[in-house]
Amino acid sequence: MLGKTAGGLYWMFRSLERAENTARLIEAGVRIALTRSTTAEAEWQSVISTLAAQQAYEAICEGYDSAQVVNFLLREPSNPSSVLSIMKSARDNARLVRTALTTEVWLAVNETWMLFTDLLKDEIPQTELPAVLATIRQQSGLVRGALHGTMLRNDIYDFCRLGTFVERMDNTARIIDVKYYSLLPAPSFVGSRLDNVQWETILRSVSAHRSFRWAVEEDFTAPAIAEFLILDRRMPRSLAFNAGQIVNSPVASGRGIRHHTSVT
Amino acid sequence: MSINKTHFSEMHVAGEARPPYKGYDAWFAKQNTGRLATKSEEAEAFFRRSGITFNVYGQQDAEERLIPFDLVPRIISPREWTKLSKGIEQRVYAINAFLHDIYNRQEILRAGVIPTDLIAQNDAFLPQMINFSAPGDVYTHIVGTDIVRTGEDEFFVLEDNARTPSGVSYMLENRESMLQMFPELFSSIRVQPVSDYPKNLRRSLEASAPSGCKGRPCVVILTPGIHNSAYFEHSFLADQMGVELVEGHDLRVVDGHIAMRTTKGYKRIDVIYRRVDDEYLDPLTFNPDSMLGVPGIMDVYRAGNITIANAPGTGVADDKAVYSYLPDIIKFYTGEPAILKNVETHRCSEPQQLRYVLDKLADLVVKEVHGSGGYGMLVGPAASKQELSDFADKLRARPSNYIAQPTLSLSTVPIFTESGLAPRHVDLRPFALVSPKGVNITPGGLTRVALKEGSLVVNSSQGGGTKDTWVLED
Repeated sequence: MLGKTAGGLYWMFRSLERAENTARLIEAGVRIALTRSTTAEAEWQSVISTLAAQQAYEAICEGYDSAQVVNFLLREPSNPSSVLSIMKSARDNARLVRTALTTEVWLAVNETWMLFTDLLKDEIPQTELPAVLATIRQQSGLVRGALHGTMLRNDIYDFCRLGTFVERMDNTARIIDVKYYSLLPAPSFVGSRLDNVQWETILRSVSAHRSFRWAVEEDFTAPAIAEFLILDRRMPRSLAFNAGQIVNSPVASGRGIRHHTSVT
Repeated sequence: MSINKTHFSEMHVAGEARPPYKGYDAWFAKQNTGRLATKSEEAEAFFRRSGITFNVYGQQDAEERLIPFDLVPRIISPREWTKLSKGIEQRVYAINAFLHDIYNRQEILRAGVIPTDLIAQNDAFLPQMINFSAPGDVYTHIVGTDIVRTGEDEFFVLEDNARTPSGVSYMLENRESMLQMFPELFSSIRVQPVSDYPKNLRRSLEASAPSGCKGRPCVVILTPGIHNSAYFEHSFLADQMGVELVEGHDLRVVDGHIAMRTTKGYKRIDVIYRRVDDEYLDPLTFNPDSMLGVPGIMDVYRAGNITIANAPGTGVADDKAVYSYLPDIIKFYTGEPAILKNVETHRCSEPQQLRYVLDKLADLVVKEVHGSGGYGMLVGPAASKQELSDFADKLRARPSNYIAQPTLSLSTVPIFTESGLAPRHVDLRPFALVSPKGVNITPGGLTRVALKEGSLVVNSSQGGGTKDTWVLED
């Protein structure tokens, strides 16, 4: 496989994963904004910093009003991580590596891009937002499903998966990082009720609100949630799970690749 | 300009279907227009979903566009095809002999068949190719000859497209769509298949590998990248042939050969089907700013370690001034008269001809000698007084940059519209593959159709569409 192709596949799947994660972060944000309106601004601020987008955001926006943040994260062309921008980048990469993809995967990506371009053409009214976010997550699943169901299990597949795991691990690490250090008003809040609310939001932003209850026989305590997100290998968005996948990937460990510069 | 009475209609003559169209005409008469309209929309949605699109140059942020596809096929009888394919084969043979001669002994110049200036003053002539024979003496591995028709037995070659002709992916996808939409047609009418093209292309390129190549030759397609207007075609052909699609930065010279950077180190390449223009091919030899090419590839080429298809410098055979001499060129190398006629062509570089062209500008089509894609041309009968006078100024300023041809009464084939069939002008681009083992011409080709009523410009960049092209079985 061409080195360029490996790079294209890796970034294509990082982008797709990021679009999905962004949608999930927005969902968690919306929930907080609805149920606890006093902390909404702070919650949106933390979503923006989780995505490392403060600079880009503050360059064009003032304050952390829900509609504004959502628009920035979904549609803003100057935000390289907006769902629209990132889907364009995923699709550009898919065109670049078109010959490495099955028709099913290519169609799934191209259709997703067409759908998002249409869906995010105008600002999203609040009433439409849940449906739009659900569509973003579903489309991401569609591409992943096409990948699992149709691609040969070779280095092409491994590079695709690598992109997904790296992005997912990065995302979970960022969420833990931001929530823990920037959201607690003071260290004395650790273990308090406010703290637990925040931790619950974290679970929602990695789609693990429900699986936590089933997998862990404990209350929503900070240590239990932290252990779940960091160390639980059953949880597909935990650091340990993704780190394991990355380390065991034939293309990342070097087992599948011989490094030499001579012509074969 | 409206379609005048003298144009040749390929489907119906005096209300009767011409013989090759009889089967289709009978089928069409039984169709429900609403159902066909739905099929047509489905085809468009399929093209868009599949990303069968092209980018238009000079339009910032322009949407990727579809080339409109019309569902009425263009049908060619076996007898017509025999003549066309013989004519194309003869032309392709002559063009390759011409290119080899012009870069080596130049006998055609010594014999005074064509003027020396035609070559010496030609930007497409590459001094780097002098005294060098392309591997297997093949220069144009892929040729797309543009042919127009004006009567029952009147076929003319409009252009030879010996550099990097595009459109073959549409030939393949159009057939694929027709098979999907109307399978019943293909069981009742026997149409020669086109689907072998990718396999034949790969074989033809492999057969053109340098003589020193051992084992199965490694073939790649070199593309300028995803922003090129024909990128879809590049990736489509690479996918269909099962070869890597590379860009300049994937390649470098390793131990005197061209190699591509893979996840397992550098891999040697034997044949490059390049869709990059000559001047961008090698920044060390040509345009130093080019990021699309491979530094040093021309040295590897001249050392005989890589095949470049089509060969650098083939453009000298397909500019429109050389075109006007092609009947003489064919006679010189084959000893036979040309099977397919040229369109009468006035070279504006000759003062007498220029006077004639300026005089008759309103009746003529004027083209740039090196132009393509329908850009920079004047269609006299369709131009306003102001446009004519502006173009006359351009002609006087740089006469040698132009040639002029009579406005041909191009044949028509109907397209499907909401209100039924409507005649539109068409041309035909069959694709010929050349290797040291011979010439292979896919039966059919790309039919381009001017969708605007009365228009003679079929180029996709100017709003043209395409049709599936059927050559019937004998």
